[in-house]
Amino acid sequence: MSTDALNYKPQSLLQRLNWPDYLYASLLMVGALFAYNKYAHFMDIYEVSFLFIFTAVFSWLGWQWKAMRGLTMGVAVVSLFSISLYHGDQARATQAFLLKYLISSQSAIMWMNVLFVLAMVTYWFALFTRSVFAGKVASALTWSAVLMGFVGLMVRWYESYLIAPEVGHIPISNLYEVFILFSLITALLYLHYEQKFKTKQLGGFVLLIISAAVGFILWYTFDRHANNIQPLVPALQSYWMKIHVPANFIGYGSFSLAAAVGWAYLLGNQPVSGAEKKQLLTATGLTLTAAIFGTFVLHFYPFFTWLLWAALFILGTATAQGVLVKFLPKPDLLDDLMYKSIAVGFAFFTIATILGAFWAAEAWGGYWSWDPKETWALIVWLNYAAWLHLRMVKGLRGPVLAWWALIGLLVTTFAFLGVNMFLSGLHSYGTL
Amino acid sequence: MRFAVSMLSLLGIASVIGTVLKQNQVYEDYIIKFGQFWFQSFEKIGLFDVYHSLWFLVILLFLVISTSLCVTRNSPMMLKELKAFKEGATEKSLRAFEHKKNYEIPYDHAATKEKLLSFLSAKNFRYKLKAHPDGSELIAAKAGSYQRLGYILTHAAIVVICFGGLLDGNLPLKIQELLGHKKIETLDIPVGEVAKISRLSPGNPSFRANMTLNEGAAGNTAFVRIRDGYLVQDLPFSIALKDFRMENYATGQPKSFESDLVITDPALAQPIATTIRVNHPFTYKGIAIYQSDFQDGGTNLDFNVFNLFNSETQKLSGAIFSKSDLGAGAHALKVEFNDFRLFNILNLSPDGKGKPRNVGPNITYKLRDQQGQAREYVTYMQPMQIEGQYYFISGMRETVQDEFHYLRIPADEDGSLESFMQFKSVMLNSTYYPEIAHRLASATFGNKFDDATKTQFEQSVVQLLQTFAKGGYTHLAEAIEKRVPPAQREKAAQTYVKMINAAGFEAYSMGLAAAKLPALKLNNVKNSEKSQRLVLDSLNAFSDTFFYGAPYYLQLAHYEQKQASGLQLTKSPGQFWVYLGSALLVLGIFSMFYVRERRIWLLIKPSAYVNINHSQVLFAMASNRKNLDFEQEFKLYSEQLQPLLTA
Repeated sequence: MSTDALNYKPQSLLQRLNWPDYLYASLLMVGALFAYNKYAHFMDIYEVSFLFIFTAVFSWLGWQWKAMRGLTMGVAVVSLFSISLYHGDQARATQAFLLKYLISSQSAIMWMNVLFVLAMVTYWFALFTRSVFAGKVASALTWSAVLMGFVGLMVRWYESYLIAPEVGHIPISNLYEVFILFSLITALLYLHYEQKFKTKQLGGFVLLIISAAVGFILWYTFDRHANNIQPLVPALQSYWMKIHVPANFIGYGSFSLAAAVGWAYLLGNQPVSGAEKKQLLTATGLTLTAAIFGTFVLHFYPFFTWLLWAALFILGTATAQGVLVKFLPKPDLLDDLMYKSIAVGFAFFTIATILGAFWAAEAWGGYWSWDPKETWALIVWLNYAAWLHLRMVKGLRGPVLAWWALIGLLVTTFAFLGVNMFLSGLHSYGTL
Repeated sequence: MRFAVSMLSLLGIASVIGTVLKQNQVYEDYIIKFGQFWFQSFEKIGLFDVYHSLWFLVILLFLVISTSLCVTRNSPMMLKELKAFKEGATEKSLRAFEHKKNYEIPYDHAATKEKLLSFLSAKNFRYKLKAHPDGSELIAAKAGSYQRLGYILTHAAIVVICFGGLLDGNLPLKIQELLGHKKIETLDIPVGEVAKISRLSPGNPSFRANMTLNEGAAGNTAFVRIRDGYLVQDLPFSIALKDFRMENYATGQPKSFESDLVITDPALAQPIATTIRVNHPFTYKGIAIYQSDFQDGGTNLDFNVFNLFNSETQKLSGAIFSKSDLGAGAHALKVEFNDFRLFNILNLSPDGKGKPRNVGPNITYKLRDQQGQAREYVTYMQPMQIEGQYYFISGMRETVQDEFHYLRIPADEDGSLESFMQFKSVMLNSTYYPEIAHRLASATFGNKFDDATKTQFEQSVVQLLQTFAKGGYTHLAEAIEKRVPPAQREKAAQTYVKMINAAGFEAYSMGLAAAKLPALKLNNVKNSEKSQRLVLDSLNAFSDTFFYGAPYYLQLAHYEQKQASGLQLTKSPGQFWVYLGSALLVLGIFSMFYVRERRIWLLIKPSAYVNINHSQVLFAMASNRKNLDFEQEFKLYSEQLQPLLTA
C-alpha cells in the first residue's frame, strides 16, 4: 500500500484533539465527579445518568466546536462566582453590588437582553458599512449575551433552591424561562454557522428574531412579573422535562434561524417573476380566506389577527425582494445554510416530539391525546417534512423554499406561542 | 406521492380545525356558540371530535396504505442502489459528468492503481474493479451508502407508528357502532342499569377510560366518553381508593396529588396496595392506572343560616352533591351543594401585584325556587382581609355566563358575623326607630331647640329609616327622585346619607347592647375611625343584601372533607409499535441527513502518448444530493489527487 496516500486520510476526532481539549474534558469530568460526590444522595438514577451523559455530550460539543469550550468554562466560572456571592441568602441578589448590577440571575438576564439588542444594531451597521471591525464587535456582543444568558439561567436554578429546597427546579418550566432558552439556543446555532460559513452578514436577520424574543421577555417581566420563580405543578415534576424542553427549543431555534436565512435569501435575491407573483397572490389569498373562515364561522378571533399579519408580512417581503442584493452572501450559501438549519431542527424536533410522547404516556395516560400543542407539533413537523421532501426528493432549490422557511416560522411561532395564548389544553402551564 | 401529499395537507387542515374548535364539549355549548344550522352541519361531519371521526381515520388509513405501497415499491430499488458499485459505467457516460477531472500520470498502470486504491481506502470508500478488454480498468467506489437505508427506515417508521396508532384508535369501536353491535348511552343512569350494548367487555384490547372513586369506595367499571354520551368499560379487577392526598407548597400552589389504591382480583392471592401520583402510574394486567384529577367526594357540611330580612337563625346540614330545603310554602328553596374547596389561592392586593394567598375553604351551591329558577352562590368560610379590614365574602350570579356579584359583610372584633346580624335586625325592626331618632335628635340639638323642631326631626329620621329598610341606598335614591325637586336632590342626598350614617351608628350600638356584646370602642382617634368604618361597611352590606337574591346567608360552621380521586385507565397495545416506529424514525432521519452518499469512478487508461509507462486517469464524482459539502469535497479530492499521482 502506498504510504503517501495516507497523508490524505482525514484525521479522526481523537487524533485532532490537543491538550486544551483534554484539559477541558477533564475539568468537566472533575466537576461532574465533585457534584456526584457531594449531591449523589439527592439524585435518582436518571439524574445521575444525566450528569454523566451531559459531561460526555459537552466534552464532545467542545471538541467539535472549540468556541464551546470557552463558553462552557466562562459560564461555569461566572455562575459559580455569582453563587458564591449569595452566601445562601436570596435577599443578597438586590444588596450585594456585583449581584445587583451584574450577575444575579435577574441582572444577568437583563444584560443578555441589552447585549442582544446592541448586537443586532451592530450587525446591521456592519452589513451596510461592510465594516469587518463592526462585524467582529457584533459577534463579541452576541457571545457576551449568550454568556450572560446562561449565567442568568444557572443562577436562577440556584435561586430557586434558595426559595425552598422543594421549590428548586431547572429553569425551563414556564414561558419566561423558555424564551430565554430560545434566545440562547438560536444565538448559539447562529454563531456556529457564522464561524462555519465565515459570514457575518446574516447576524442582523437572526438577531432581529432574537430581539423580538427579548422584547417579549421584557414585556413579560415588567408587565406580568413573570420573572418570579414559581414552584413546579405536579405534572411538570418529571425528568422528561429536562430533555423534552431543550430538544424542542433546539428545533424551534433552528427553524427560526432557517426563517431568518430564508428572509435574507429573499431580500438578497432578484425581484420576483410573473409566475412567482401569481403564487404569492394565491398564498396571500388563501391566508385571507382562512382568516375569514376562522373569524366568521369558527368565531376564533385571534387566528384572524394572526393570519392578517401573516398576509401583510408576505406582501411586505414580496415587495422588498432583492433590495439587499449587494450586501448579502451568494444565494447558494444561504440555500445550503437554510437546509442545514432545517435538517438540524427537524431532527431535534422529531426527537423532542417523541420524548414528549413518552412523557405524555407517563403523565396523561396516553402517548398521543390530540392536545392542541401536540397537534400543532404534528403540523409543524409535517410542514418541515414537506419542505425536506421537496428539496431532497424533488431537488427543488431557490426562492420557493426560502418563502416556505419564512412562512414556516409563522406556523412554528403559532405552535410555540399561539397555542399557549389562544388555545387551552393539557399544556396549560405555558399560558400567558 | 401526489396523493399522499394531498392527504397530508387535508390531515393538516383537519388538525388545525380540531385545535381551534374546542373538542368534546357539551353539545349545548356548541349550539349556543354556533347556532342550530352550523351546529348540525359541524356535528354531521364530526367536527366536535375531529380526531375520532370516520373520515379522519380513513385518511390515516389511506396514508398508511399509500406510504406502505411507496416503501414496498421503492425499497428493492433502494437496496439495489445500496449494494451496487455501478462498475458498468462507460467512459462516455463518465465524461458527461459535471464533476470530473483528467490526470496525466508518469506511472504505469499497476503503480497508478495502487496509489488510487490506497487513496480511496484512506477516504473510507469501498470499491470494485472492472478491467476492460482495451487495457483500461475502472475503479467504481462509493461511501455513505446507508443514506439509502434512511429512506426505508423513515417511511417504514411512519407505517409502524400509524399501525400502532390504529391499534389504539377507536376504529374497531366505530365499526361495531356502524354495524349496530354497540350503542353509546346518553342518559345519566346508574352503572348497573347500563345495557349490555353500551358496555365494553374486560377483554377489550384497547381503551382509555375514566373512573371517579370516593375515598373508601371501590369500583370495577370505568367510563369511555364518546360524543354526547359514554360507554361503560368493565374492568377485569376492582380498584378501591383508600386515601387521596393533595399536598401544597408554602405559597398554596399544589405540589402533589396522590391516591392510595388497593387492587383486588380473584387471580391474586392477596390484594395489591399501591400509591399512584401524577407522572407515576401503576400498571396491572396491561392496564395503566393514572392519577388524572380530583374532585369532592361528598364533603359533609354544617351551616348557620341567617335570615337577612328578619332576625331568625337556623341550622342546616348537607353534603356536596346532595340537596337540602330552606323555608316553607311558596317561598321554599332547594339548596343544591355543588362543590367544596379546601384551598383557594387569591390575590387580594389592591393593585394585583402582591403575593397570592390561601384564603381558606369555600362552598359553591345553588338556591332553586319553586319555579325551578336557580341562582348560584359561592361563599367563603373565613373572613378575608381586604385593604386592612376583614370581610365575609359571598358571591351570587343569576346565570353561568355572569360574573359573581359579591356581598362583603364586615367581620367584627371577634372575627364573627354576629354584630352585623344584630345590626341588621335593629335596622329592620321599626320599633327601634323612635329611640334611634331620639338619640340622634339629642346629639344634634342638645337643649338648644324647642320640642316641635326636635319632633319634626325625629319624624323625618323614622321616615328615612323606614325607606332605607325597604331597599337600601337604591330605594332611598328612588324616593329622593320621586319627592325632591331636581335642584335640591344632591343636597338632600348628602343630608340623608349623613343622617343614615349617624342612625347606623346608633343602630349598631343598640344591636350590640341587645346581644350583650361589648360596645364600639371610641376611646381614641384610631379606634373611633375603625368603628366608623365598621358601621359604614355594615350599612353598605345591609344595603347590598337587597340584591343578594335570597333571604338566607349560609355560613359554613363545620365541614368533614371527603375527596374523590379521578383515575384514568388505559390499555394501549399499540404503544410498543409506536415506540418502535419512533426509534426507526430517529435512526432514519439521522442517516438521511448526516450520511452522505457519494460515488467515485476512476478510469485508468494507458497514456495516449508513446511512453508506455505513463497512464491517464479520469476522475468522476457524483452524489444523489448536490450541495455545498459535495462541491467542497470534489474540489478537495481533485486537488489532492494531483500531487499524489504526479509526485
